[in-house]
Amino acid sequence: MIAQHLPILVVLTFFAGALLMPLAGLLHRRAPWMVAVCTCFTATLAAVYALLHVAAEGTVRYAMGGWRPPIGIELVADPLSTFVAVVLGLLSLIVMVHSREPVEREIEGEPITYYASAMLLLGGLSGIVMTGDLFNLYVFLEISSLASYALLGCGSARASVSAFRYLMLGTLGASFYLIGVGFMFVDTGSLNMADVTAIFAETGLTPLTTLAVIFILVGMGIKMALLPLHQWLPDAYTYAPATSTALIAPIGTKVAAYVLIRLLYEVFPAEAIRHLHLLDVIAALGAVGIIWGSVMALPQKNIKRMLAYSSVAQIGYIALGIGLGTTYGFIGAILHILNHACMKGCLFMVTANLEARGKGIRIDGLTAELRREMPVTAACFTIAAISMIGLPPTAGFFSKWYLLLGSYEEGRWIYIAVILISSLLNAVYFFRIIERMYLGGGEEAPAQAPSPRGTALLIGPVLALGLSLIALGVGNLLIVNYFILPMLPFAP
Amino acid sequence: MNPSLSQESILPLVAVLVSLAAVPAILLSGRRPNLREFWTFAAAVAKFACVLALVPGALRGETAGITLLPIAPGVSFSLSADPLGVFFALVASSLWIVTTVYSIGYMRGNGEKRQTRYFAAFALSLASTIGIAFADNLLTFLVFYEVLTLATYPLVVHKETPAAIRAGRMYLAYALTAGLLFLAASGWLYARTGSLDFAAGGIIESGMFTGGEMKVLFMLFLAGVGVKSGIMPLHSWLPAAMVAPTPVSALLHAVAVVKSGAFGVLRVTGFVFGPDTMVDYGLDTILAVFAGTTIILASMIALRQDNLKKRLAFSTVGHLSYIVLGAAIISPAALTGSMLHLSAHAFMKITLFFCAGAIYVHTHKTEISQLNGLGRSMPWTFGAFTIGSLGLAGIPPLNGFVSKWWLCVGSLETGREWALAIFLLSGVLNAGYFFPIVIRAFFFAPPTPVRGDEHVHHPHGEASAWMVAPLCTTALLAVVFGLFPNFPFPFFELAEHVVEAVMQAAPTAILPELPSIVP
Repeated sequence: MIAQHLPILVVLTFFAGALLMPLAGLLHRRAPWMVAVCTCFTATLAAVYALLHVAAEGTVRYAMGGWRPPIGIELVADPLSTFVAVVLGLLSLIVMVHSREPVEREIEGEPITYYASAMLLLGGLSGIVMTGDLFNLYVFLEISSLASYALLGCGSARASVSAFRYLMLGTLGASFYLIGVGFMFVDTGSLNMADVTAIFAETGLTPLTTLAVIFILVGMGIKMALLPLHQWLPDAYTYAPATSTALIAPIGTKVAAYVLIRLLYEVFPAEAIRHLHLLDVIAALGAVGIIWGSVMALPQKNIKRMLAYSSVAQIGYIALGIGLGTTYGFIGAILHILNHACMKGCLFMVTANLEARGKGIRIDGLTAELRREMPVTAACFTIAAISMIGLPPTAGFFSKWYLLLGSYEEGRWIYIAVILISSLLNAVYFFRIIERMYLGGGEEAPAQAPSPRGTALLIGPVLALGLSLIALGVGNLLIVNYFILPMLPFAP
Repeated sequence: MNPSLSQESILPLVAVLVSLAAVPAILLSGRRPNLREFWTFAAAVAKFACVLALVPGALRGETAGITLLPIAPGVSFSLSADPLGVFFALVASSLWIVTTVYSIGYMRGNGEKRQTRYFAAFALSLASTIGIAFADNLLTFLVFYEVLTLATYPLVVHKETPAAIRAGRMYLAYALTAGLLFLAASGWLYARTGSLDFAAGGIIESGMFTGGEMKVLFMLFLAGVGVKSGIMPLHSWLPAAMVAPTPVSALLHAVAVVKSGAFGVLRVTGFVFGPDTMVDYGLDTILAVFAGTTIILASMIALRQDNLKKRLAFSTVGHLSYIVLGAAIISPAALTGSMLHLSAHAFMKITLFFCAGAIYVHTHKTEISQLNGLGRSMPWTFGAFTIGSLGLAGIPPLNGFVSKWWLCVGSLETGREWALAIFLLSGVLNAGYFFPIVIRAFFFAPPTPVRGDEHVHHPHGEASAWMVAPLCTTALLAVVFGLFPNFPFPFFELAEHVVEAVMQAAPTAILPELPSIVP
């Protein structure tokens, strides 16, 4: 009974949560936070159930309001979409649990609007993931974008400026996507993804299709912050409130990457992809992004900005995996969506903890005293850093391993060099911080500073993600075998 | 590995885990030093017991192992104790016990800070060393190899002086790059052959790679293991890392870390490429050129060092390449010598480092030119130093002579007279840089105290028993292994098993007929 409604369940949960916020705000000062946590928990449960159900029974298709596709809107729960939905749900749950203190500290006035925006963002993102309709995807894209402008822009004055810049570029991206979808509608007369695929198979390639494909890709490239369309990202992540960054950095760009995978491998005609060398272009952009992001991260003085540039590089890994177009490359890309979400979520929550202790986020402020005051946070930072560098047995190593195998399969030597060099660059900018934190200072434990209330809520989620990085590394093959292999768009 | 000879056993896993389990225990008992050191002892003894328990099986030619879980398609995280692994584990775990005793004497005698971090990192390093010894495939090997890099980093930067931090950065730069190249090589091998399991005699069959590709692949692997085994030009981190406390230099930079690299060379040459492939594609020549050059150059540089630990470090670089060169001379006798040198050098060089540390803690002297006459007040220390020096120069009846004999026989057996020349020349150079130290200590007059300098610490007598007892033990063992290669640990028999598995031939110590060197 529930199973047939699975595709809509995650999306609706988030929107219901957003609607409940004003009511919750009347009850208690902290009720919005609790509602947000409960919403994310329910949505995660729904997503996990969907993932398991789909793995057992196969894809579930859901016609909105009973209107049959291609007239009505269709939502699809298949291995790929449910997997991304689970990543999204889990990460949002962890970040929301962590968010109580940062939000109370950083957001002026009532937290109702903040949490309502967060729920709208998550609802929009999960909608993008679940939808099987090109125009409906645009609608969810706009919902999530508007919410993310609000989330990134609140707080400091600089945040509003950088969020405005993101708004301009983001709207541009969405418009490109819309124009592309428009062309595609003119071309095929349908907006349903499966329908469009079928029509393309019959009619073949027209110049209009090519144009549509290019528009859509540029639009998604902006949303995904794929080099050279990443300009909005460093500023937006640096100045936004800690929770906004921790929420948007791990999930936001990944959903755009998901759309790219969905469209490239399932909707766009293979002929167009081959003709335009799309996969090669995406892989090349990814490779350049890997190096460029890592190099830009090196000289940064602000840790959030450093992590933002590192995000550009990590998105490059995903793009590289997508562009390789082989089994291993695909596995690497999907696994990296999960791994990077956990790593970046962990790292950005660490920066939130630093801010909570009034430590600031300048790299030269990270000292041995800080590590002694916050041993768990520092340890989690180190684990996440090791995973970012890609040393075994952490999660980051294995996504790199699959990407390497994919590059070997295709004989792309340059990408192997790129992956290795990027690991070294990562080692340089992360060990710079680890060295600061672990060396120097006296030996004896500091006079126990009175820890602020709610410390467990700050440390627990960070620790959970830190440990998950080791678990994901050791158990990566389980994830690959049970969840990623069934979603392969081509025979392995 | 031959499945009929393999047995399910968790002992290799336990051997890795005991010192891993000691890490949190050490960290938590940081305020009670005696309890903390008890954990290290307990872990060291338990680890050694586990390894000893694996010896009888290895001597029967069996491989005890365990497959934990698959970590990548077609590759499992699995440990197996084959004779070669047991050999290396035996060296590392037995010396850990001795080093622990010495560490306590050194760290307390020297009043070092952050001893908790030191002992925890030490335990983690040993866990990964044993993991390297028992790794059953390249990916498992790589996991422990990288953990070893990270675990030894806190030990290198222990003093937290600018020099130590510089050395730490250098070490990370070298070791992480090496790990990445090893990863690249493993990925390539897997993409081409679909297997990463070690197998005696090699897993690469001819035809899988073209000649050029094979050379590139070999160079990648060589760079990966070459950094830790100090093959020139990848050795620079090792002399720099001498800023670490002396027990670290002793166990890690003479035994565990650098021997992991040398062990990696043996695994790669004997169990990945295999002797036939090595010869067919000319890989042995590449390896021999690097190793031979390293032996000579490192010995030359060692001659010019005045700092005692630096001289020992360059000597280590040279002796590690004995092992590498032994693997490059594809012959049963040379491989035997190579393995025996892995253990012989470990016992001798750790003795020398222990001596250097005892001298430093007791008299605060670090330079060789300051050692005049010190042998008279520290006879045990310098007696042990003399034994180690003689052994490394290859004087019978010490264990250094035995391993060198095998290496020399191997060079002649395969008609590589130049290798013989290198070994002999290196012996002379070893004598050249070690004997002056001994002569200074015993036969030069001690410096007369300069006026106004009387307050400077000029202690008499030996360093504390915590340091002297370990260094005498290792020196004694060096003599014993020279006389009885199978007592108390059956190093020779284990080496024989490895050689038979890899080369399908037993080593012979005396050449049936002397090859005609002079035509």
